[in-house]
Order: sequence, then structure tokens, then C-alpha cells
Amino acid sequence: MENNEKTLLKEFAPQIERTGIQGYVWILFLLAVIGLGVYAFIQQVTKGHIVTGMRDNVVWGIYIVNFIFFMGVSYAGALISGTLHLFKTAWRKPVIRMAEFITIISLLIGPGYILLCIGRLDKLHYLVLHGRIQSPITWDVIAISTDIFGCLIFLYLAILRDLANMRDFEELQLPKWRKKLYKILALGYTGTEEQKKRLERATNIMATMVIAIAIIVYSVLAWIFSVTLQPGWHSTIFGPYFVIAAVYSGSAVLILTMWFFRKVYHLEEYITKKHFVAVGVIMLVLAAFFGYFTFSDYLTKWYGSEKNDELLIQLLFKEFYWPFIISNYIGVLLPLLVVGIARLRTITNITLTSVVVIIALWLNRYLIVIPTLQSPYLPIQDSRVEWNIYSSTWVEWSLTAAGIALFCLLFTIASKFIPIVTVAGNTQEAKPEDVLV
Amino acid sequence: MEEEQSNNKNSRRQFLKKGLLAGAAVAAGGGMLNAYSENPAGESGEKVKVMTTNGEIMEVDKAMLKLPRVSVAESHLGIPGKKFVMVIDLGKCKNARKCVEACQRGHHLPKSQEFMKVYLLQDSEKTSPYWFPKPCFHCDNPLCVSVCPVGATFKRTDGIVLIDNNRCIGCKFCMTGCPYSTRVFAWKHYPEFDEDKEPYSPEASSPGKEGTVSKCDFCPDLIRVGKVPYCVSACPMGVIYFGDVDEDTVTNGTETYQFSELIRDRAGYRYLEVLGTRPCVYYLPPVDRQFPVDRGFNDLDESIKNRYINTPYAKKHKL
Repeated sequence: MENNEKTLLKEFAPQIERTGIQGYVWILFLLAVIGLGVYAFIQQVTKGHIVTGMRDNVVWGIYIVNFIFFMGVSYAGALISGTLHLFKTAWRKPVIRMAEFITIISLLIGPGYILLCIGRLDKLHYLVLHGRIQSPITWDVIAISTDIFGCLIFLYLAILRDLANMRDFEELQLPKWRKKLYKILALGYTGTEEQKKRLERATNIMATMVIAIAIIVYSVLAWIFSVTLQPGWHSTIFGPYFVIAAVYSGSAVLILTMWFFRKVYHLEEYITKKHFVAVGVIMLVLAAFFGYFTFSDYLTKWYGSEKNDELLIQLLFKEFYWPFIISNYIGVLLPLLVVGIARLRTITNITLTSVVVIIALWLNRYLIVIPTLQSPYLPIQDSRVEWNIYSSTWVEWSLTAAGIALFCLLFTIASKFIPIVTVAGNTQEAKPEDVLV
Repeated sequence: MEEEQSNNKNSRRQFLKKGLLAGAAVAAGGGMLNAYSENPAGESGEKVKVMTTNGEIMEVDKAMLKLPRVSVAESHLGIPGKKFVMVIDLGKCKNARKCVEACQRGHHLPKSQEFMKVYLLQDSEKTSPYWFPKPCFHCDNPLCVSVCPVGATFKRTDGIVLIDNNRCIGCKFCMTGCPYSTRVFAWKHYPEFDEDKEPYSPEASSPGKEGTVSKCDFCPDLIRVGKVPYCVSACPMGVIYFGDVDEDTVTNGTETYQFSELIRDRAGYRYLEVLGTRPCVYYLPPVDRQFPVDRGFNDLDESIKNRYINTPYAKKHKL
């Protein structure tokens, strides 16, 4: 272990060794929210999907919105960490681990939401037993499981050196089983030249693959919608549009995570304004792309004004006016202004912008899924209000909150297991002041 | 048991031999229950009261109520040598809803699940509104079948698109795949499902199963005993014709037409042809109306009437 690594580890040791009273309150709070979600889930299983707001027209509600959202955040983490790694971006060290954790944690939560949409969870194994390759859902099953596998390997390779560091850092005051765990997980890595070379090669290969897989998986997800004939979904642009929207949402989640850990673990020295600006610039570029794709998609629908597209756009500008404005106007323009204008470029501003972007992108997915299902080719003629207009119930909201809580909980646990800032190889050259102009 | 099955099979063959038309004639001639008397199960001596599709109460032998149900495996195959087709004459529909009610009784459906739906459509502002009964179109290029991840919905050799509720995992992808809003989901266990004590068969679409998708099935269990679907025999106006493309005949129970001639002479068309799904249900345009459109608002339950209050026609006439 190099000296500077030791110094760093010493500094991060307290957050790994101890959990303060605040930490326990936080974890208890998260567990309570997850508990509410479990209760809601039991209600849904015992009473049927009737307890949700989904009905025969809007057959997919906010569950699928959450599914797209979490998967998007995950692919974004993969794309950002993979790209930063491949291009050996100098300032990446303090933030890349967070991106990797975002990838894997949201990837574990996302698929859970699609399971909530499924009426017969007892027959889930039919997806394998009777799987049909013609169905985009089968593509999704294959793609997502490949992605989980690939991302887990990538994350493991990325933290391997720090696992070895943890094992070798004897001053660490931890229970025996945890030290043993580090020893097992470090796989006997001692940092010989041969090991370094192999690890480097494997990480490079996985970084490349993770980028490719992320693009494929998110396109497949988009195709679930665009292969159908529904107005608003049947669009060739959906594949790349979803990929861009995903990376965009991921950059915002990364900024928020950076802000959070910087505050809680006092990482002001490691995560500086330069990092916020650097990820902010990524967010700005993606905002521009996202705006372009959104504009392209709606412009062509509106200009050609096919009857059903016209009805859909009317619906978006009437019933869904504010969500539409927030997601497709404010969500695009705000990062351009805040990150684009030097005077506005502060840590607080960038973080607040990222919060708006996260909300905007969640709404963007809502506006893709729900209004289309509410405006089918044959007009909905039903006297039951809940059959006409989708309105999510407490069950769906509880499970949404539980997903967010689980995300936070897993992140907290992960940060207790390994330093949230990469220690291995975090030398002087990583100091952002020197490399970022 | 085995003997009974082979008996069933024989009788089924007999019925098929007699052909669809004979069966339809029987169905038309005074109630659908006549055909049951040929049921090889024999009379049990136990009488039960039933409601016919016309809404009349009849007393019949219990054994007569049973339609033979084929196994799940057999229901995947389709009836050999057949290719079914439906023709709906929009000029005759007055939204009597007998088709919907008979279908719901026949398939043991709750009121909230309709395999047959009746829409009030108006293609554009100046064109005339019309009632539009809509079953499943049993498309020849069915997107619902393509997107199903487990093969729970399938296209048979006789053209029927069926659902195997035992296989269905309830992902609802087929519901978003269908551009005609045909499919319904069992959002909970409805008490009506328990009315059916027979073993499940995809051909009967009954008993329904919570958390799975179902839809209009063209009633293959009725076809097998030489009868026409519930909606066809129940319609008091004879709006719905059912038949076989290869035999080139369709019947509504009282009138029988040559399918190709009917389509040619009456300018038959398929709904939303532009989508490329190739439906097996044809419509005859709403010309030479037998009823004014507003007749369809007569004798409707308030809740059914409320379905149409937001249509341009109802708004204009303050119905």
C-alpha cells in the first residue's frame, strides 16, 4: 500500500468504523419507509391489482415509470463511469465510485418495479420455461440479466484494489468477520506488476462492454414501447432518445449523490466545485441532446398531425400542461442556464438544478407512458372515472417511496463497507485544481 | 371417463360434419338450448332454471347445460379445415346490448369485463354517428401474439386468437400491443368466475383467473357443437354474421349470405386497415339505417348511458 493511500484510508476510517446516532435514525427512517412499501405490496398481492390505479386502458402506471427511471439511472452510472475510466479522466477518482454504486444499486431496484406490474408473480418462471425470443420482453429479460452480471463484474474489478487496501490496513477497528470478508473478497490481490497489468486489462474490457451493454439494454427497453402501434410510442427515435434521457438523469443523480456524501462525510477537500462543474458540464451537454430529441419527436408528431397524434398532443397541453412544461421546457433549459452562465455556476445551484432535472425526467417518462394509454385509437367510452383517467393510489406511491428508500439504504450500507471515494491510485495527480482549467 | 371423451369426440365430429349452417339454424330456431339435447352425456333428471340469451327463463335438464370442453393442448390447434370470419352490419345496430349481455353470461364475466364493447363513433364532425359493436378482430397479423413473452396468446389454424389463462403471467404487454383496446384484465378475483364449475379451457375463456388477460374468443366451444357465438344468436337485429371464409358463407342465424358477395355488394371494410393487423372481422358501412342513432340511448342503464355523454354527438344533442 502506498503512503498516500494509507493517509486517505486513515481519513475515511471513521465513516466505516462507526455509525453515529444520526446514522441510525436515518437507517431506521429508511427501514420504516421500506416497511410501508412491504405492507402495500402485501395488499396488492392479497387483494389483487385492483388496489392500484391501473385499469384496462392505462394498464401500466407509475410502476413502469419507476422501472424506466431506475434503469435509466443505472445505465447512466455505467456509461459515465465506463467513459470516465476509459478516457482516464484525471478528476474521476473522487466521484467514479459513486457512479459505480449508482449503477449497481439502481439496477437491483429497477427490475423490481416491472415485477409489480405483473399479475401472476407465481408464474414468473414461465418467462424462462416458455420464453419466446420474438417478444421484446424476452429481449429485456436477456438484456437486463446480462447487464446486472456485467455491471457486477465491473464494480467488483473497480473496488478490488480498495478491498485489498482495507484488508492490509491493520489499524482499522472492525469486527473480525468483516476483516475476514475483506480478505476473501480481495482475492489475494497484493499489487504485483502482473496483477496490476491483468486488473487494468480486465477493467478496460469491462468498461467498454458495460458502455455497449448499457446502450443496448436501454434501447431494448425503449423498443417495448416503440414496437407497438400506440400513438406516441410508435416512434423510431425512441431507442437513442431513451439512452440520452437515461444518461441525462444519471448525471443529475450523480451530482445529487456527490452533494449528499460531501455534506455527510465531510469530503469538501476531495469533492470540490471543480467536480460539480465537470459533471455539471456533462449534464449540460446531455440537456441539449435531450431537448433536441424531445423537440424532434414532438415536432414531427405535431406538424404531420395524424388524428391520434393530434389528440395526444392536445392531451399533453391540456390535462398534462404543468408536467409537460416542467419536464420538457424547464428540465431542458435550466441546466443550460445554470451551468452555462459562469456567474450562476455554484455548488448549490448545480445541485438544485440536478434535483429539478431528476423530477423533470421522472415526469418525462410519466408523460411517455400514461397519456398514450389514455388516448387509444378507439376512444375510451366508460362511465367509471378510474377507468378513464389514471390516478395512482397510495399503494403505488408507497412502493415508489420504498424504492427510493431502498436506494438510499443500499447506498448507505455500501458507503459503510468501502470508502465512497476511490482510495487506490488516488494520488496528487487526481487533485482537480491541477488538471481542470 | 375415456369412453365419455371418445363419445364427446364422435359427437363433435358429427356436429362439425353437419356444418356450421345447420347448427346456426338450430340456434336460430327457438333457443340455443336445442343443440344440447344431442349431448351424449344423457339426461340427469335434475332440472335447473336457466336464462336463455334472449333473457327468457327456461327449465332444462342439468346435463344439457354442459358444453364439451377440449383440453388446453387441443385448444391450441384449432378446428381443422376452418377459417372463421365475422361480419358486422353497422346499419342495423341500435345498441340493444344483447350481444354484450349474452357474452358476459356465456363466459361468466363480471359486469366490468366486456369482451364485446359497443362504441358510439363519429368519424368526423360532419359525418354521421353510428353504433359500433367491437369484438376481438382475431387479426391475421396479431401484434398481441407477437409480443407475448410466454406464448400465452396464440393464433390457431382456424384463425382464432386465443388466450391460455393458465400460461398468462399478466404482464399486459398484449394489452398495449392491441391497437383496438380489445383485451381486459382481471384486476381481482370476481365472484362471477366461481359460477363456472367446469374445468378451465381456453376455448371457453372460463372460469376467469385473477391477474390474467382475457378477451373475445369467437366461442370455439359453441362452434364445436355446431352453433354460432353468443353475440350472434343474441342480437335481436341480426347485426352480427359469423361464418367460414373457405366455405364463403356467413350467417346471423336467420339470414345466410355468401361472404364474398356480401362484402362486395355492401362495401365491407376492416376497421383501421392502415395499421396492417389484417383483422378477420369486417364491417358493413352504416347505410340504409333501420334505426336513428338516438334509439341507442333508449332503455339504457344510467351508468351505460354515461359512457357516451362525452361524445360529440351526445354533447350536441344534450343527451
